[in-house]
Amino acid sequence: MFSVFEYVLIAVYVAVLLVVSRWIGQQAFSWMPPQATAEAQRVDDLFSFLVSIGAFILLGLIGIMIYAIAFHRAPPEDYTEGHPSRGDARLEILWTATPTLLVVWIAFQSFNIYQQLNILGLKQIVHLHTPLESAPAYAATVSDVPKPASETIDVFVKQWDWSFRYPNNVTSNQLHLPINRSTRLNLQAQDVIHGFYVPEFRLKQDIIPGRDIDIVLTPIRSGKYRLKDSQFSGTYFALMETDVYVESLDQYNQWLTQTANSEQTPANQAVAENIQPPKTLFNSGWNTVTPAQPGIANKRKQNNDT
Amino acid sequence: MTHDFSQEITGDRESENSQNQEGNNWQQYFTFNTDHKVIGIQYMVMTFMFFLIGGLLAMLIRAELLTPESNLVDRPLYNGLFTMHGTIMIFLWIIPFNAGLSNYLVPLMIGARDMAFPLLNAISFWILPPAGLLLLSSFFVPNGTAQSGWWSYPPISLQIPGGGLINGEFIWIVSLVLIGISSIMGAVNFMTTIFWMRAPGMTFFRMPVFVWSVLSAQLLQLINLPALTGALILLLFDLSFGTQFFKPDGNGDPIIYQHLFWFYSHPAVYIMALPAFGIFAEVLPAFSRNPLFGYRSVALATLGIAFISIFVWAHHMFTSATPGWMRMTFMATSMLVAIPTGIKAFAWTATIWRSKLHLETPMLFAMGGAAMFIFGGVTGVMLAATPFDIHVNNTYFVVGHFHYIVFNTITMAIFAAIYYWFPKITGRMYAEGWGKLHFWLTFIPANITFFSMHPLGLQGMLRRVSSYDPQYQGWNIIASLASFLLGASTLPFIANIVGSWLYGPRAVDNPWHATGLEWTTSSPPPRDNFEEIPIVKRPPYDYGNPKYSIIENSNNNE
Ligand code: HEM
Ligand SMILES: [Cu+2]
Ligand SMILES: [Cu+2]
Repeated sequence: MFSVFEYVLIAVYVAVLLVVSRWIGQQAFSWMPPQATAEAQRVDDLFSFLVSIGAFILLGLIGIMIYAIAFHRAPPEDYTEGHPSRGDARLEILWTATPTLLVVWIAFQSFNIYQQLNILGLKQIVHLHTPLESAPAYAATVSDVPKPASETIDVFVKQWDWSFRYPNNVTSNQLHLPINRSTRLNLQAQDVIHGFYVPEFRLKQDIIPGRDIDIVLTPIRSGKYRLKDSQFSGTYFALMETDVYVESLDQYNQWLTQTANSEQTPANQAVAENIQPPKTLFNSGWNTVTPAQPGIANKRKQNNDT
Repeated sequence: MTHDFSQEITGDRESENSQNQEGNNWQQYFTFNTDHKVIGIQYMVMTFMFFLIGGLLAMLIRAELLTPESNLVDRPLYNGLFTMHGTIMIFLWIIPFNAGLSNYLVPLMIGARDMAFPLLNAISFWILPPAGLLLLSSFFVPNGTAQSGWWSYPPISLQIPGGGLINGEFIWIVSLVLIGISSIMGAVNFMTTIFWMRAPGMTFFRMPVFVWSVLSAQLLQLINLPALTGALILLLFDLSFGTQFFKPDGNGDPIIYQHLFWFYSHPAVYIMALPAFGIFAEVLPAFSRNPLFGYRSVALATLGIAFISIFVWAHHMFTSATPGWMRMTFMATSMLVAIPTGIKAFAWTATIWRSKLHLETPMLFAMGGAAMFIFGGVTGVMLAATPFDIHVNNTYFVVGHFHYIVFNTITMAIFAAIYYWFPKITGRMYAEGWGKLHFWLTFIPANITFFSMHPLGLQGMLRRVSSYDPQYQGWNIIASLASFLLGASTLPFIANIVGSWLYGPRAVDNPWHATGLEWTTSSPPPRDNFEEIPIVKRPPYDYGNPKYSIIENSNNNE
């Protein structure tokens, strides 16, 4: 259905598209926050790959539409046929095969990268209803146990408070992580579903009450980040953030000993706002769940029941 | 002989209109009428009201997000706003609007006199207004509306701080169950109609793609909606009667709710989107004067999309308590959807390629919607790639993606449909200039609004937050300002539709020279649709046939 000229035109178009979409794919790295974990590098590679393919398809099809608008307008009263073809077996096979191949390629890449992340461990089969107090048991027999980690930190969440218990039983509302070591986070929720998310880490994991879920990550970039709650958890959801520090092992150990010897007074924004709500133009007066202070880990510390 | 539209446009036009006297009587739209055309209009007008309400709520949300702080609405109200916005837009705008449009068109398109069960049809409709009003009434109960998002995940949805048996969540569940019942009744009706009421000669492969898409969408309603209804009833028991199906502290499992919920709510995306694809398949050929390219593959791809979409629900749960093997399985199935969807997108493009484009308003909306769907589809495949989804899940990237689908694709397609079938439905022409103004006022701000959400999500701004870190403010201002413009874009639309319906010039039977049985009857069609049931002898999309090219009725335009 094409003339030679059109074949040449299409070939040039495809070549230009390939170059342009590759370039857009490279740009994609800069659309993301800094890569602070080994996992983030993998994820960004995948994203760049997805953007390249996506740009190719998007620009390809929209280019054809714009071409049609520019060069194939009908005179107002001309209602005769546009082109006579109802179909073309070769073309239809081509564009069934194209998305199929692309999808297989994308799925293959994604699968590979997922394997390299090796992040998640669900021990739901072992004990579905672990009370928060019982020591986590790392049953290596369950299939979804990720690679071993050099450090394990317990993460306790409740509305709207994060707390962390470190290997030496220090508890804090800040998350400190040693750089370049894989760390296992053992996530436990008390009331509703929350989510563990640090954009620079690229990783996210819901924390489901009644289930033990582990996530393993390897920070590679020192600095201060924000840990956010990624699963909607009620009124003060937006305030459920805390600081994350990635630092050298020395600094990390130093912080641990320092914190063990000092009394912390965590400031919880949700509590503060519950007592002193901000002025808003519209006030519904609807009831809210009252955020309770202090965090579980802190309470545990006070009760000294570890 | 087939029923030729050119026969009835001259002399007997007057008598038909008087025979159609009832058709011009607005009061009938407030009665329990069993004519599928009246019911269709009832659906479409009512759901448009809900679209306006949902849009106002969206503008309030965007106004709050103009600044990082929480300063316009207090936090419980914000949570109520996005919950009600999402619920209304899905369950009281797109899904029932599609039901209305399908109601109007399907019998006409397959050459039937009415739906299979006209009484059931009227009942399906009349369940909706009370259900919608009930939902809205929750703004006035002491603890306010439901506040846990349109997913209503337990245990957060089971937390009712002020207590009380009648609370927003309770009302939300009851109205959703009612809407669900209405949809199931509608689905039975559509399936029966399409299977048994087709005119002689209207084989499956002579049906317009729109009818194929209604068939596929309604099949999904039948198969998947019961899962949601069941989940909601269990949730209601947990909420009000002390059962513990989903309560983690009482041996229940909140994850089971998520599976049941998404088992319906993923296919729901296609219940909303397939009719939109059907609209593209009608409008694009008519305005490029071509047969739909690869009609058979497009029809089968429609069924294929519906089928695959039943097996992909867990891609909404990649970050939930979902083990690795399940993540990988559902990644694979989700990506399969791209194949039939790709077939469709390529077919639309090939239809347009090297043709004779007429860029009237319906075509603008259809081309705009189809192009934006490609963007939404590309980000959709990205989201199916688990490692990437883990980063952007529950961020504004997802909000941007699904608005490219629900607004920039489906709502645009709905506007295309309204303009395209307006002459048929009302017997009058809309004002072209106003239509084009409406298109540009919609297309540009919609892209600005929803594009801005992608960089926000990549940077890590979470959805459902009522306040955010100052670093996100730039794109938020852009999104909010554009969304206000988007809100304003409905004004020329309303003015055009209301004005043209009342005073527009009379329309001929087939102003677009389109194929399809609905264009062979008068505008608006008589009570029984056709004077005599047509016998179908042609393939669909028979453009190129001189019958549809000659402007024999142009002098009839006044
Ligand atoms: C008219 C222009 C629209 C604007 C400006 C708009 C804006 C928004 C915004 C800002 C949110 C995020 C709220 C939040 O997460 O805090 C949102 C959520 C949502 N919107 Fe829209 N929207 C529009 C139209 C639509 C349409 C047509 C639909 C149809 C289905 C829709 C469905 C949804 C849904 C399902 C949610 C999710 C609510 C939730 O998170 O529970 N929106 N919208
Ligand atoms: Cu939370
Ligand atoms: Cu889905």
